[in-house]
Amino acid sequence: MIVFCLAFLSGLSFGQDLLIKNGTILTVTKGTLLKGDILILGGIIKEIAESIEPPQGVKVIDASGLYVMPGIIDSHTHIALAGTNEMGETISSEVKMRDVLHAEDLSIYTALSGGVTMIHTMHGSANPIGGENIVLKMKWGKPAEEMIVDEAYRTLKFALGENPKQANFFTMGTPRYPQSRMGVNAIIRREFLKARDYMEKWDRYHQAKKSKKGAENLIPPRKDLKMEALADMLRGDMLARCHTYRADETLEFIELSKEFGFKIAAFEHASEAFKIADKLAEENIGISIFLDNWAYKIEASEGIAYNAAYCTKKGVLVSINSDSGERIRRLFNDAAKAMKYGDLSEEEALKLVTINPAIQLGVEKIVGSLEKGKHGDIAIFQEHPLSAYTRCEMTIIEGEVYFDRAQYLKEREEKEKKKKEKEKEKKKEGGAK
Amino acid sequence: MRTRIIVVFAVFSLCALFSVGDQGPHFTAIKGGTIVPVAGEDIEGGTILIKNNLIEAVGKDIEIPQEAEIISAKGLFIYPGMIDGYSQLGLQEISVLRATVDNRETGDINPQLQCVEALRPDSMHIPIARANGITAALVAPSGGMISGQSGLIRLTGWTPQEMVVKSPIAMHIDLPTLPRPSAYRRETRPREEASKKIKELKNLFNKARFYQKRRQMASEKLLLPMPEFDEHLEFLLPVVNGELPVMISVHGEKDILDAIKFVEEEKLKAIFFGVSEGWKVAEEIGKSGIPVVFYSLYAMPSKWEDGYDALYRNPSVLSQAGVKIAFSSSSASTAKDLPYHAAKAAAFGLDKREALKAVTIYPAEIFGVDNLMGSLEKGKLANIVVADGDILEFRTHIKHVFIEGKEMDLFTRYEELLEKYKK
Repeated sequence: MIVFCLAFLSGLSFGQDLLIKNGTILTVTKGTLLKGDILILGGIIKEIAESIEPPQGVKVIDASGLYVMPGIIDSHTHIALAGTNEMGETISSEVKMRDVLHAEDLSIYTALSGGVTMIHTMHGSANPIGGENIVLKMKWGKPAEEMIVDEAYRTLKFALGENPKQANFFTMGTPRYPQSRMGVNAIIRREFLKARDYMEKWDRYHQAKKSKKGAENLIPPRKDLKMEALADMLRGDMLARCHTYRADETLEFIELSKEFGFKIAAFEHASEAFKIADKLAEENIGISIFLDNWAYKIEASEGIAYNAAYCTKKGVLVSINSDSGERIRRLFNDAAKAMKYGDLSEEEALKLVTINPAIQLGVEKIVGSLEKGKHGDIAIFQEHPLSAYTRCEMTIIEGEVYFDRAQYLKEREEKEKKKKEKEKEKKKEGGAK
Repeated sequence: MRTRIIVVFAVFSLCALFSVGDQGPHFTAIKGGTIVPVAGEDIEGGTILIKNNLIEAVGKDIEIPQEAEIISAKGLFIYPGMIDGYSQLGLQEISVLRATVDNRETGDINPQLQCVEALRPDSMHIPIARANGITAALVAPSGGMISGQSGLIRLTGWTPQEMVVKSPIAMHIDLPTLPRPSAYRRETRPREEASKKIKELKNLFNKARFYQKRRQMASEKLLLPMPEFDEHLEFLLPVVNGELPVMISVHGEKDILDAIKFVEEEKLKAIFFGVSEGWKVAEEIGKSGIPVVFYSLYAMPSKWEDGYDALYRNPSVLSQAGVKIAFSSSSASTAKDLPYHAAKAAAFGLDKREALKAVTIYPAEIFGVDNLMGSLEKGKLANIVVADGDILEFRTHIKHVFIEGKEMDLFTRYEELLEKYKK
């Protein structure tokens, strides 16, 4: 009974206790500790030092010869969802990815096996205005509600270019509007103009409500969930994450944001960001890009591998994303390529998949680096995470181990043993007959 | 009719490459680096002497002719050029644009197709792969059951003829792939059986043999009628005669066993491609002596139960079972990533030396060009990469690439675009 109560209580508290000893600690923001310990209490990093005595009852992980880095953050993906695109309508701002979380998606485990602890999982790019995205922690085995990171920005997906204009497939019947980049921009503008009117209607209603005469007979405007989302954008309560490839359309979207006064959290893909790096730096808008996945369509055919490093050096906040349930497990490999194409330092390269995406998601105070007071979200690698020969050994979220390669190997071995025994028995039985 | 298979060993017109003329041979010496010859031990502070297109000498104390061009490799590492075991280089530019995709035909049986005839030497992906140390690649067809013939190209040249090292290398056969589990189902869906396809193939091969016999008998006896011309059977003759290898794309455990049986029964020369579940039947593949070219490791295992790392550890398991292995990019736009597939397999148990061999000498052996390339040895083509570190590492910068003795320009579409917008 007591045990049960304790377990229940610890379940309620945030995170777990853990001491990681003797690893090479890549803090990302505070330099590298060649050999050191990290103490996590209640899921939060309490101390990083050369040697920490294990407090009583705290689980200890020996990381001798291993590399300890902050959990990797994927700033753009579509995993852990039971649906990506609302294809039925061109404008689907009322759609929320929060409503379709899929906690049993195998991709969550895949992400963990590549050291990923947090994702920004998004609406697709079928529509000029998609749906509301969500930030999750990869707590495999837990209910979806426990994965949600409420501290993160609320973001709405926008999409420009070939996808919303349906350039790469044939549409049955009459093609939907828009079919061109002019149409894409015009439709986004139309919706924001509508949203302005919508807000004004409600303002007028609330003002009229305050007046003494006839207030009781007022009929409120019709609630419109599409407009509510855009109104949140115009109030600054929600930020844009905009899928864009070409430099020109990227600039046009910046113009739109100024026209209406909404904020852009980051541009997605941004293949041609290097062409307008100065402008992006000046506007303080980050990009979330592929390192070198390119030439799969015309608008991606100038997305050079130097994009990440070049934009970083120009002062643009760059993150490397996966956009895939496969690439998500090798984001550390992609980050390393920025050292080849553009000569980023180790620290700058690691930032592309840790603190930079954290800043873009508005969670840099709690994750993205190994610092006292931040969440104990950690990935442990057997060689330097930027080496091509490396392998993720362990992934930890809030002090709790969610991926453990040693444990996985042990279980695999046991399974194989059992299988062999069974086969032996079968053979014996067969022989007896 | 066998003459229809034209093997082009084009160690082509050197004069065009070097404008040697009557000035005598051209020498280049790469001096003072750590040589990783792949064949044999590493040589620190070694020299490679290139004479025209060939490696003249590799070693420590090498006499360098006075007129030789000297390239200092102090602090650098010298490797043989890498060979991509399966790519779409020159056959595919922008994957979504059909206008730029030439690696697959319609229809199920296309043995008459030759990849190198569709080669676009001007592809922007070729210099990018080359600048990362890849000097040769198999360009291969896909789709249908018999997809056509692949060829091996050198990653330089302005015409298909200049690029072809050897064609055909193999006749490509695609057995059904494994379906992948979706986000909602851990188990995979039923699919077409490979054994059914193999039955079809056997039937077709028998027809080809009969066709050949009829032709032969007709040539001997004037009164016997010649068979109707059959394009498919015609191009299968080198295969059934065991002259042209088949490269069979096969993935499933049972399918691999079926394919081994098929190869043995039909007495074919064979290379396997893909082989995702090879680790389950490693011993059998080892015994068969059939070499394996892996599909890109940028993929997911088809069965959740196989473990997340099934594709990553597959090369190591096969290598330990004595299978000759090679890696491939399976791509055009990311062909430059070839070395990283090898490194990934090394991260999951493959010996690092074997990983390097599997992108150099092993593919050369598998494709029957190890007399020309794959290692740094006297008499081989001077396909040489000079790098500031391990060529399988991400952070390594490639400093010089030589293809057949000629130093390549490492400027690519990447740098062209970057420079254009820097201003």
